[in-house]
Amino acid sequence: MASFLIISDMFTDDAVNAFSIPTQWRKCQTAQNSRSCQTRPVHSADVEVQTASCAQNSTQTIPQDQVTEHLCQQNCTESVPPGLLEFLLGVEDFVVEELNKNFQSHAFDGFQANWEDPSVLVSCFHCLQHPSAQEKGLHVTSVCWSSTGSMVVCGYGRVDDGDWITERSCVCMWNVDRGSLCDNKPDLVINVPTPVTALCCHPNQPALFAGGLYSGEVVIWDISQTPDPELAHTVMSSDSHREPVNEVAWVPLQKKGEFGVLSACSGGRVLVWTVGSDPGTLVLNAAYAFIQQQVPHSSSSHFKASGSVGVTALALSPWDPDTFLVGSEDGLLLKCSFSSQTPAAVPADGAGVASRAPAVFSFTPRSGPVYSVHCSPFHRNLFVSAGTEGSAHIYSLLQANPLLSLRVSDSYLFQAQWSPTRPLVFAAATGQGEVHIFDLGHRSPRPAATIAGVPGRAATCLAFSRGNPHLLAVGKADGTVGIWKLSDDLTEQSPREISLLDHIAGQVAE
Amino acid sequence: MRQLQEINHCFIILIQQADVEETLKRIESHKGVIGTVVVNAEGIPIRTTLDNSTTVQYAGHLRQLTMLARSMVRDIDPQNDLTFVRIRSKKHEIMVAPENNFLLIVIQNPCE
Repeated sequence: MASFLIISDMFTDDAVNAFSIPTQWRKCQTAQNSRSCQTRPVHSADVEVQTASCAQNSTQTIPQDQVTEHLCQQNCTESVPPGLLEFLLGVEDFVVEELNKNFQSHAFDGFQANWEDPSVLVSCFHCLQHPSAQEKGLHVTSVCWSSTGSMVVCGYGRVDDGDWITERSCVCMWNVDRGSLCDNKPDLVINVPTPVTALCCHPNQPALFAGGLYSGEVVIWDISQTPDPELAHTVMSSDSHREPVNEVAWVPLQKKGEFGVLSACSGGRVLVWTVGSDPGTLVLNAAYAFIQQQVPHSSSSHFKASGSVGVTALALSPWDPDTFLVGSEDGLLLKCSFSSQTPAAVPADGAGVASRAPAVFSFTPRSGPVYSVHCSPFHRNLFVSAGTEGSAHIYSLLQANPLLSLRVSDSYLFQAQWSPTRPLVFAAATGQGEVHIFDLGHRSPRPAATIAGVPGRAATCLAFSRGNPHLLAVGKADGTVGIWKLSDDLTEQSPREISLLDHIAGQVAE
Repeated sequence: MRQLQEINHCFIILIQQADVEETLKRIESHKGVIGTVVVNAEGIPIRTTLDNSTTVQYAGHLRQLTMLARSMVRDIDPQNDLTFVRIRSKKHEIMVAPENNFLLIVIQNPCE
């Protein structure tokens, strides 16, 4: 305070500028802008990772492949049930001892339990006939069994006549499981405008069967459909067959469970038909043509002909859906592939499907028409062929020459078929009316059983039943169908048969 | 300490499991053996070397059959008990060893 006083002594008058500060009170009502802002929502994501603790535990202690095995077992069974180890250790010695004893024992060798009275004879069960077809003198041209084995279907036509026939014919059916079976009266008769040349029952559906007619038509019948069982048929066109259909077969299509009909005719064409969108018509799905120039000739064949190859026999391989076998009028035996892409050298007259040449391999040709080819249901490489030569030939798909040739008859052979239950057995129908059943397990080349026939009444077709393996149907030229009951030794498979069949298939043809 | 016990427990289980597999493998390695199935007390197959559907069929049928055979044996003589079942078929011999509520099924092809 004292210093202030001292200074004030020295002060002179001065004009002090007055500052005025206006009061802001009650005036600060100026425009206020309100602004707002918002941050973007925060993105967040949760990821959880969980490791299976058991995986870590076990990877350290035991080798990798065992770890995975243990883990999956641990997942389904959690852990070893208490007592399992003790149980296994307890029974192991005993079981092992029995296993060893069993393997060395010959106690059961050749032992066969007789659950039923053994039937040692091949006996005639029924002799089915359709009187009105017999009056006309029609022959049975084909027989087949429905998939259940209870229905036998037979088609009437002619085998001896090369002329163009126009007489009416029929397909007859008998149910052999029915108690009231009447031999002279079929359970169902379907009238057909031209003779029937081929029949084939659907592999799964017992009511469906396909037929080939002398006029080249292919028909599918459904006998569950009344009164008109005809489900579909082919329409005459430039694509369809114009000569008698010699064989029909059901062929599985790409889509599982669906089947088409494969038909072969003497015009050298094999066609695949499917039921089209139009009800009642069959649509051509694929076409294959056989031309002499395109057939792969095996080294032993000398002739080179031209023209088409008349297909007389057809067989599908039950093992390989791509393979089918074809026998021809001039004795050729061909292995063919459905997936072949080689175009056939034929003039493309039809507007529809282009023909392909399917033959991939040629077996040693036979000296006469091949009437029947059939693939073994027990070995993927074996098939049997039969024809006018009178011999049955057993071929392997891998060799051109036959593995075995059996002289069956001095007459024609119309059909040869493997047994569905005995790997070593096949039957052959002869032109003399006999049916010979061969067992390849026998040393002698003589038939194991012969069903006698009347000379001059050729056995034209035969069919083993898959659903009822004791039965064999034999169609005759006199219009009758014999249903034969086979003996047990022709139907019961013995333990070592498959290995014997393997041995035959593995032989090298001479 | 607790963790150690748990690890120890796991280890024991693994050892047991290895033993079980080894025993089954030993049986499997005998001549002609096609497959083995172990069925527990509830009739559920717990170890198998066959495919699923075959296993289920063998387990279901053979358990029923073994139970039936066992009750037959004990009905006739209560002091007696079933020890082993062997079934001879054209293709196979099936052996069933029952014990401690487990079944061991071994399928053998004796003529190979």
